[in-house]
Amino acid sequence: MRRVAIVGAAMTKFGEEWERGFREMIAEAGVKAIEDANMSGKEIDAIYGGTMAAGRLIGQEHITALIADYMGLNPIPATRVEAACASGGVALRTGYLAVASGLHDVVVVGGVEKMTDVPVGDATVALGGAGDQEWELFMGATFPALYALMARRHMHEFGTTEEQMAMVAVKNHYNASKNPYAHFQKRITVRDVMKSRKVASPLKLFDCSPITDGAAAVILAPLEKAGKYTDTPVEIIASAQASDTLALHHRKSLTTLNATVEAARKAYGMAKMKPNDIDVCEVHDCFTIAEIIAYEDLGFFKKGKGGKAIEDGETALDGRIPVNTSGGLKGCGHPVGATGVKQAVEITWQLRGEAKDRQVKGAEVGMTHNVGGSGATCVIHIMRRAD
Amino acid sequence: MSSQTVGLPLAWRRIPERYGLIGSECQNCKTKYFPVRKICPNCRRKGRMREVRFSGRGKIYSYTVVHAPPTGFELDAPYIIAIVELEEGPKLTTQIVDCDAEDVRIGAPVRMIFRRIQEDGKEGLLHYGFKFTVVK
Amino acid sequence: MVGIVGYGVHIPRYRIKVEEISRVWGGDGGEVKDGLGIMEKSVPGMDEDAATMAVEASRNAVGYAGINPRLIDAVFVGSESHPYAVKPTATIVAEAIGATPDLTAADLQFACKAGTTAIQCCMGMCGSGMIRYGLGVGTDVSQGRPGDDLEYSAGAGAAAFIIGKEGVIAEIEGTCSYTTDTPDFWRRPGMDFPSHGGRFTGAPAYFKHTVNASKCLMEKLGLKASDFDYAVFHQPNGKFPVQVAKMLGIDTEKIKQGLLTPLIGNTYSAASLIGLASVLDVAKPGKRILLTSFGSGAGSDSFSIVVTDRILEKRGRGRTVVQYVGDKEYVDYGVYVKQKRKLKTL
Repeated sequence: MRRVAIVGAAMTKFGEEWERGFREMIAEAGVKAIEDANMSGKEIDAIYGGTMAAGRLIGQEHITALIADYMGLNPIPATRVEAACASGGVALRTGYLAVASGLHDVVVVGGVEKMTDVPVGDATVALGGAGDQEWELFMGATFPALYALMARRHMHEFGTTEEQMAMVAVKNHYNASKNPYAHFQKRITVRDVMKSRKVASPLKLFDCSPITDGAAAVILAPLEKAGKYTDTPVEIIASAQASDTLALHHRKSLTTLNATVEAARKAYGMAKMKPNDIDVCEVHDCFTIAEIIAYEDLGFFKKGKGGKAIEDGETALDGRIPVNTSGGLKGCGHPVGATGVKQAVEITWQLRGEAKDRQVKGAEVGMTHNVGGSGATCVIHIMRRAD
Repeated sequence: MSSQTVGLPLAWRRIPERYGLIGSECQNCKTKYFPVRKICPNCRRKGRMREVRFSGRGKIYSYTVVHAPPTGFELDAPYIIAIVELEEGPKLTTQIVDCDAEDVRIGAPVRMIFRRIQEDGKEGLLHYGFKFTVVK
Repeated sequence: MVGIVGYGVHIPRYRIKVEEISRVWGGDGGEVKDGLGIMEKSVPGMDEDAATMAVEASRNAVGYAGINPRLIDAVFVGSESHPYAVKPTATIVAEAIGATPDLTAADLQFACKAGTTAIQCCMGMCGSGMIRYGLGVGTDVSQGRPGDDLEYSAGAGAAAFIIGKEGVIAEIEGTCSYTTDTPDFWRRPGMDFPSHGGRFTGAPAYFKHTVNASKCLMEKLGLKASDFDYAVFHQPNGKFPVQVAKMLGIDTEKIKQGLLTPLIGNTYSAASLIGLASVLDVAKPGKRILLTSFGSGAGSDSFSIVVTDRILEKRGRGRTVVQYVGDKEYVDYGVYVKQKRKLKTL
């Protein structure tokens, strides 16, 4: 297997992008990534595209044919990858496998979601498809309800508090305020979170990532050829993925995502690293509780101690292990299919030293953690500066 | 109320599970499952699945009050969603109705009742099935 | 002899007080209470309807009877608020109690007496040996036009009776009916609320049919008013049953156990049957019960029922009428209107 590097990275501004549709966003992200890689479109061998719910949100399937068309990249092969909210991360893994195997040299991995063309209630239904349609959504369990069930167990088993969960949102908004691409640019306080509208107890509006439009793209190439495109290649030193039951009620525990634990184990093994070795991490904070659980499942903190970790500032920009410098899903926004790729874009910028106001000093090893549904899929990548 | 994309034959196939709490037991490893499964995740091809009917008694494993409903549940909101652990072992997701909010806690004993879960608008199918209530 | 093998009821948890309704419509709660003899009525939950209540009552009945539901060979559900205009409630009930597929089933409609007629159907089929057990159910989420008198009384509830020859807790000695074409109360298709004849619903309708059916029964069986220990009548309000008892020469003390309307309102097809259930919850072996229903349109079914020793074995299985009546939560007029789906957009 060849070693693989990220040689180009770009994203669109995330937010409620009324002026731009699906086609425009992915074309923008893709073209900017190609420019960032100083390459010509002719050099691209394949496209891997992640989007979760284009069928329900814009009535369009056959998405990657659309992407290839709008980026002017026909006749190269274009493949859609779907794993709910992990669509982007799994698209990245699929692109990685294509290059690592030697089948393709240069591939573009894109993630995109256009969520605001439908009413919020319909978007909620579409997102509910990430869970068990017949046995969770059918009964009235929305996606926030599933994470709320996890939050209540975490509070019950470990004494995690609503204030601690609120601190995750505060941190991520703070980081987002330093990210010109983020959906939200305003800082918030714990009080703002606690007073926000109830969604599914104990989760309130500000505990939940927003409905966002956006696209992101990275260009992958074999490490041995990366120098042709960039002085600052970022190598993917581990790519791992694991699965778990679709329905939350079938899991062994509500306070651990076993898919994360398994994927992390494999990723650390592949990179020959430990949690301590990670300098900066983008985790899947679809809801504040998800970030706290991720701290534990990724091995940064012991099970049950995630709440204390955020309270002690361990994961702030200047903390022991900065998490979600982009603002995470909460602050930067969560265009579902784009998130996994955006995480890779943020880590690439961090490892290149291009993250400006939110730069983690001396970051050399980064990790992305992308989850599908309530934990049925988890995909993890570890990256390292290659120069 | 209007439904999500639940088709007619699909709804009909689910009736034994939704009305009768019919699930499966693997005769090889004795694990019980709800809803019905064709393949035992433990035993795979060595497994032998047969139908079982659960009693409807259980307890609350976790719960939440849903204030922001999806399309089709607007009239019910706010409503309580819980994961119930049946006394036979399997867990399921369901609404908790007909009891005081204070009675809903982790560990509270519950029993199955029969209610209307959804309707396909004014002209479409009515979907019935289990919900649960706290045993007083 | 054919009789009742098991029974069960379901009364929704929510209640609205008569004063709360009159608060909105400018009436005098006290006057209404005195006039109608009703204090509060049951209100169905948002997710309840005639089918869900019928299932709950029927499941209770199966539990009480202690029989394998596969042995039930006929299910008849009587209601004037079936959830579908076309597609039977009876099949939903049959499926939900585990009686399918070896059975016959159908829905009945005869205003407030569809439940007792369902029982008559089962009696005939059991008595002739055509079936082993039959289930007859009366269930309604009755509607009254807002501001109309009926709004004070229209409640929600269900009662289910399993009829057979084995394990009988109360024998049905006989039944007699009195039926005419009388336009006292009706609803045209597509209309939200029923129409009625006001005072016409009294003497030419309720009283004429109830009295005549009861007299016919007593003549047929050679019984007198004093032979009965309990009497249960259809109960559109708290007053009519008292009057009809007097007209039949029955001591009004005997109707108290079976009179639930003051507390839960008129549950239409379930009304007299919930009254019967209430009596069966307490009656000692050997006691004789007169049950006479009334359905607008119009007709009455009258029964003489004698409690057996067997009832002592089965009593205590399942929730009693008293328990259902006592498990309650009050709602205000706004919540009531939402739950009874009276808002146009619902």
